[in-house]
Order: sequence, then structure tokens, then C-alpha cells
Amino acid sequence: MQSIDFLIRFAGDGGQGVVTSAEAFARTAAQVGYYVQTFSTFPSQILGGPTMSQVRISTKTVLSAGDQVDILVAFNKYAYDTHLEDLRAGGVTIYNAEDFQLPPGGPYFGMKVDEIAKSTGNARAANMVVIGAVASLIDMPLDYIEAYVKKRFSRGRPEDQQIIESNIKAIRLGAEGARTSGFHVGQLAPPTPPTYPQIMITGNAALALGATAAGLDFYVGYPISPATTVLVWMEQNLVGKGKFVYQVSSEIEAIGGIIGAGFAGKKSMTATAGPGLSLMSEGLGLAWMAELPCVVVDVQRGGPATGLPTKTEQSDLLACMHPAHGDVKLPVIAPGSVEECFYAGAQALNWAERYQGPVIVINEFQQAERTENIRKPDLSKLKVENRHVYKSDNGQDGFKRYQDWFAGEEMLPMPLPGGPGAYAANGSEHDEIGDTTHLPRHHVRLTERRFAKMKLLSDGHYEAEHADSPVLVMPWGATKGVAREAYEALRKQGLNVGWAYTMFLNPLPEKLLKLLQQKELVIVPELNYQGQWSGLLRWQDVKAKSITQYTGLPFKAGELTQRLAERVRRHTSSRRDAGVIT
Amino acid sequence: MSARNPEYDFKWCPGCGDFGVRRALEWALEAYDARHEQRHSMNVIVAGIGCSGNMVHLLEGEQPFGLHGIHGRTLPLAFGVKMSRPELNTVVVAGDGDFLSIGAEHVGPQAQRNLDIACVIMDNGVYGLTKGQSSPTTVIGAKTTSTPYGKIEQELNPLKLYMAMGVTFIGSHYSSKPRDLAKLIDQAMDHKGFAIVHVQSPCTTYNDTYEQLKGDPKKGIPPLVYDIPVDHDPTSRQAAADLLDRPGIPLGVIYRSEQPTLEDRQDEIRSKVKAKTAEQLVASYSL
Repeated sequence: MQSIDFLIRFAGDGGQGVVTSAEAFARTAAQVGYYVQTFSTFPSQILGGPTMSQVRISTKTVLSAGDQVDILVAFNKYAYDTHLEDLRAGGVTIYNAEDFQLPPGGPYFGMKVDEIAKSTGNARAANMVVIGAVASLIDMPLDYIEAYVKKRFSRGRPEDQQIIESNIKAIRLGAEGARTSGFHVGQLAPPTPPTYPQIMITGNAALALGATAAGLDFYVGYPISPATTVLVWMEQNLVGKGKFVYQVSSEIEAIGGIIGAGFAGKKSMTATAGPGLSLMSEGLGLAWMAELPCVVVDVQRGGPATGLPTKTEQSDLLACMHPAHGDVKLPVIAPGSVEECFYAGAQALNWAERYQGPVIVINEFQQAERTENIRKPDLSKLKVENRHVYKSDNGQDGFKRYQDWFAGEEMLPMPLPGGPGAYAANGSEHDEIGDTTHLPRHHVRLTERRFAKMKLLSDGHYEAEHADSPVLVMPWGATKGVAREAYEALRKQGLNVGWAYTMFLNPLPEKLLKLLQQKELVIVPELNYQGQWSGLLRWQDVKAKSITQYTGLPFKAGELTQRLAERVRRHTSSRRDAGVIT
Repeated sequence: MSARNPEYDFKWCPGCGDFGVRRALEWALEAYDARHEQRHSMNVIVAGIGCSGNMVHLLEGEQPFGLHGIHGRTLPLAFGVKMSRPELNTVVVAGDGDFLSIGAEHVGPQAQRNLDIACVIMDNGVYGLTKGQSSPTTVIGAKTTSTPYGKIEQELNPLKLYMAMGVTFIGSHYSSKPRDLAKLIDQAMDHKGFAIVHVQSPCTTYNDTYEQLKGDPKKGIPPLVYDIPVDHDPTSRQAAADLLDRPGIPLGVIYRSEQPTLEDRQDEIRSKVKAKTAEQLVASYSL
């Protein structure tokens, strides 16, 4: 019988080819039409250290990293010992026989990967030996990998042909090694390629690309895991006249820089992680207070303080929505897939322009560096919004930027330096022209104005399914995929449970909030101790409860399904006790 | 109250040095506008928090754009304004507390980049708005509300700090000669690069130094301020260092150096990289 879904894990020390093997296998599969998702963990050090990178391949869209490993490739003994517990019954380990030996008789076989690679005349083809062996164990045609190799190494250089040939030899020798071991893991069903064009990209790159497509002008940032890749991407790609990218001296300088650029009329952005977000707190308050557009991306890791720089957690939500002292609640967009990262990056810039203020995008370690093949964004259909700029020249000092209210469906225009309507953007409470005032009527009017503006953003898209059910599952951010997998399992079990999701956490789409408020129970699976999103939902009159995990790792679908099912059953029996149903 | 706004509820104390600095800044901006034939709205004043920062609301006549941000962060904000819109004349106004205590970390990086802005720093040697605490330039031994038995920390010499950090235009003056100060600020705005005009601007309430600055022959007090000798060569680091080793407050340009600005370097390198369109970038991820 054919299987539609396999999980291959490569584990070893950093530098042993763990990540390159996984990436090559993922690309091989994606190029012939499988859906893939990668997931990696590595320690916070420059070289070496226990590293793992895995690829889940499927004939349909992959929702989560996957629970149980079908094939483990262990580059050293420590990797074997650590990851064995995740190997499913019937799974097989390929181990690096140059590094260690295992007693005969177990579900494993050793290969002298480097020695085999050297025999092809190309010592760097070791990862192809491994991939050939993996492919053989699941009956994946070697043509697929050979096609990948041909594409990868055809770079118009004289040595191309020799590199391609040695790699193909390595693939075949790897496959031969697996065949002679006598092991077999399963038969991979043929791919069902999508009808639309795809790109293969990481979450952080998709986010950066989305922002760029929406017209980003100005990016500054400070290196911090796991947001550094956004800075590096921008330094490489946001180039040309009128674009500015710079590595600044701290996150305090970064937030100041993007606020200054927003004030001057440009679309500006920075990306950071928890510690940097903390440093940006006061600046975000200024941007909210003085109504200056800018976008901050928070790529969450474990916290607080330095926390877990290379692990995943969803514990920055409160800090993102309420980053500053005083009455502040920032717009927050939290994409739940690599594809959504693209649109979150674009929409955040649109929102900042539209409501003239700061917008937060929340990404997360597990989604930042994982690769997925996604539908290629159609830029001709991407909505790009630009600032409504004050242009009238009739009364130089007459225009009052902070006067009563925005006009109709959009904000009053914003004056820009060089143009008419000079004003002072002020972090102190101010009057209509931006001058400092402590009079109660101004503080009341402007506080209400800053919150009322959020109405302009409440038209976000959302998902709702089986919404008539009294109980909904509502994940947020990168937990979306695994929660969806669990939700589908619950429906298959016959549980009366519905689904709600949006990446627009603040403000929530108006209709979605009304729907949530009608429910008896909204269950939020989330990766933090306090249950931050359910708390924020309860604040908005939604009867929400969390299922939490705070291990630094993502949820596993099987475990989450079990915990959700228990919670739903508990609720159903309490309804029965209360006589709501019989 | 301010010139345009009777409800504005901040005012400087009578005799505050900041009055003179304000007038000097207004004159300097006027001269700069006229010479560069630019609209007044091309000027952006980035103000710190403290008595001096309120200047942005107290300017008289035609208003420039203002950005009155948070304590200590004038330079990051000015960096964003300048590098996103290099054509704007960007001027920082801040005090010794804002610029040299909480905001000191930002001086070095902008000096190394040679960011093309001018900073007018009003040094009154005290935190006035919070009612008389010690600041980095308060002299050692001084009694303030936060050092009731005397300050036990050595005072900072801001001009030497600017030299050490590589600031490319360093001017020094005091608030009692607004015409001369205006000329110095104008020169700083015209300087291609990171310019600081450090102004002694006394606080009549908490640290009245007028007498020491100007001197009083009747009391036998020699003036602290002195005109920089006409033969001083401001393009020489050594001459500038020698000048700063002299006691007192020099009036004029201490140091000036022509270096490429951050914008020049940006133009030379990054702006020449071929622009990548969003379509090309998306296509680069095709399978």
C-alpha cells in the first residue's frame, strides 16, 4: 500500500551536512510536485553542536512539522540516542558507520557515507549518498534526485558535468547500500503536483519579500536570532535609488530610525526578537502617540531576557499588543504559514499607511527558518496602499493634523516635511497642531481618537468552519498548521467542534469577534505558560481557554489532538450535566 | 503659551539661556533658507526631552516641521529623517542630560557614519525640568537636589568627548551672544557631516552660571568664555586638542574636517547596485 506522507529526519553535529541534506531532499521532492515542510533546531553557537533538520513530504499540503519519524539519518551516536524516541515502529535508522557502530539485529543499518562519496571522486557528494539511501527506502524514483542534481549544478562552468556525474554516482551508490541492507520503510505515492506556479521559501524571506512588494523604502535592524535573516535579506535585496538599509547600533536606534523615516513620509520597517522588542517599547509608544507609520516584526523565540534564542515559543503576544506604558494597544498581524508571512509583510505596511501608526507583525522561530513550497504570489493582484498626504497649500500653519476626526473611510491627510502644513509630531500629549498640552479635554479627545482609528483596520480576512458548533478551536500564529491537523482529526472522530482562525489579532475582524462572543467555549492551543491569547479574548467577552505548552518546541499533532478531544468532551459532559443537551 | 498657541502650557524661566539659543536658531534657519533658496518647511527640528527640547514649540515666525520624541533619542530619530529624506535640513536640539547622559550611546555611531545633520546642544549643567538634579556636566562637588552633600562623580568634558568620537564639526558658544551663535549654527548646518554646536545656556533657577561665563571685573571674577585666537587652525586635530586643554569655554569653531558623509558612501556603493524589482525577487524563489 502506498503512503502519502513521510517524515525524514537528519541529525548530527552542525557542519556534518545535516541541514544541506534536508534542504536538498526537500527541493528534490518539491520540484516533482510533492508538498514539503522543513523544520530545524540548532544550538546558539557558531559551529557544531547537536543539530537536526527534518523534511516532511506529502502528496497534499503539509500542515505541521510532523510527529513520528519514518527514517532517521544519524550522523553520530549522540544524534541516534537523542532522536530514537521519535522514530515510529517500523521506521529505520541509517547511521554513519564511520562515526559509530551499533550491534547487529536492530531496525538500522550503517553506511560509510564519506568513503562512498570519495569513491565517486567528489568528497562533497556525501549528502547525495544519504539522499539516495533515503529515496530507496521509500521507493522514490532516483530520477527525481538526478533531475534535482542536474538543475542544481548546471551553472555554465566547465566542471559542471563532472560534478553532476559524481553526484549521480553517489545517489546510486547510496540507493544500492540501502537495498543491500534489506530494509524497506514504505512506498511513496506518486506526487499530485499543484496546478498553480510555486515558489520555495522560508517564512522570514517571505515576510521580507511581502514588505518589499508593498513598497518598503527604509529598513534598519540589529542582529538578533531569529530575526537576523530579515536584516541580511534586506541588505542584499532592498537596493537601488531611494532605498535605504542599514545595520544600526541597537534596537533603540532601529525603532528611532523607522519612526523618523515614517514621519518623513517613507514606508519603514525593522525586525527583531523579544529582547529587541523590549528595547523598542518606549519608541513604539511614541509612534502610537504621535501617530507615525512604521512596522516592527517580532520573530519570537523563547523568553524572557535572553531566554531560548534558537527555540520556538508564542510568549511575546502581550508584549507585542501592549508594548508600551500608558494606554496603548497596537495593531498585530500574526501569520500562520509561510505563505501568510508574505501577505502579513505586505498588509502590515498597508495598515501603517492607512491608520498612520505603528503595526506589529509576529513571526516565530519555527516558521521563520522553515522552508515550504507555496503558491507563487501574484503581484498584479497585491493591494498596495499609500499614505494620504496633505497637499493643499492654502494655509501654511492653518492645517491641524490632530483635529477632530478622520474623514469618512480614511484618515485626514498627513503633512510631510518639505510640504505644507508644518506641525510638531509630539510624544507629549498635544493639541490639534501637536503642541504640548496637559488639559484634560485634549487628553480625552486624543486618547479616544487613537483607539477609534483602529476601526479602519477591522476588515481583515478570517476562516470559520462548522461555526454553528458550540465549541471552536482557534489557534494563532505558527500553531495554525498543527492545530488544523488536530482539528481535522477531531472532526473525523465525530466531535462537534468548529474552527476559527485569523492572522489579524488586533483589531479582530468585526464579524469574527461577534461570532466568537456567541460561543460556549473557544479553545486556544498556544505555546506559552499564561495562555496569552485566550486572556486577550476573554478581555473581549469571549469565553476562551488555552491549551498550553512551553517546552521551546512546537506542538505535536497527535498529542494536541488528544488534549483537544479531552477538553471538548469535558465541555460536552458539563453541558449534559447542566441540561443543555440530553 | 507659544507664539501660535495660547494654550501651550510650558514656559522657560525669566533669563533662561534657551531664549537666546532660540533666537539664534531662528536667525540661522532664515539665513540657511535664503542661501539655499529653500522653503522653510524643508527644515526638520528633532527635539529632545527637557527644557531645551520645548524650543520646537516656541519658535516664532514661520514654523519648520518638528519631531518632539522621547528622552535621549533625538539622534536615532534624526538618523531616520535624514537617511530617508537626505534633502531635508535636519537639526537636533537637546540638552546636556538628554544628549550626554541617557542619549550618549548614540553620539559615537552617528560620528562614525558622519551623518549629515547639525546638533545644537544646550548645556546648563543641571536637570532643570525635573527641578535641579545633577547632570553629566554638573561639576564635581556641586550640591543639587540629587547630590545634597555634593556630587561625587567627575564632570564630563563634552568637547573632548566629541573630539574623541570623531565628530567632524565641533563648535562651542554661549547663549548671550545670539548673533554670533546664529552664525556658528548656520556654519554647522552647512557643514557636510555630523556637526555639534555645544552651547552654554545657563539655568537661572538651578545653575546660574552667567557671572562665571561673562566674568565680573568688579568682583575680580575672570570670564570663562574666550574668543578662539584668529590663528587657530580648526582643520588640525592637534590644534583643536591643544585648545581644549586650555581652561575656559572657547567661542567659535574648534574643529572641522571634510569627510564623506553616510549619504555620500551610500550613493557610492549601495545606490549603484542594480535595483531588484519585486517580480524579480519573487521569481528568484521559483522551484
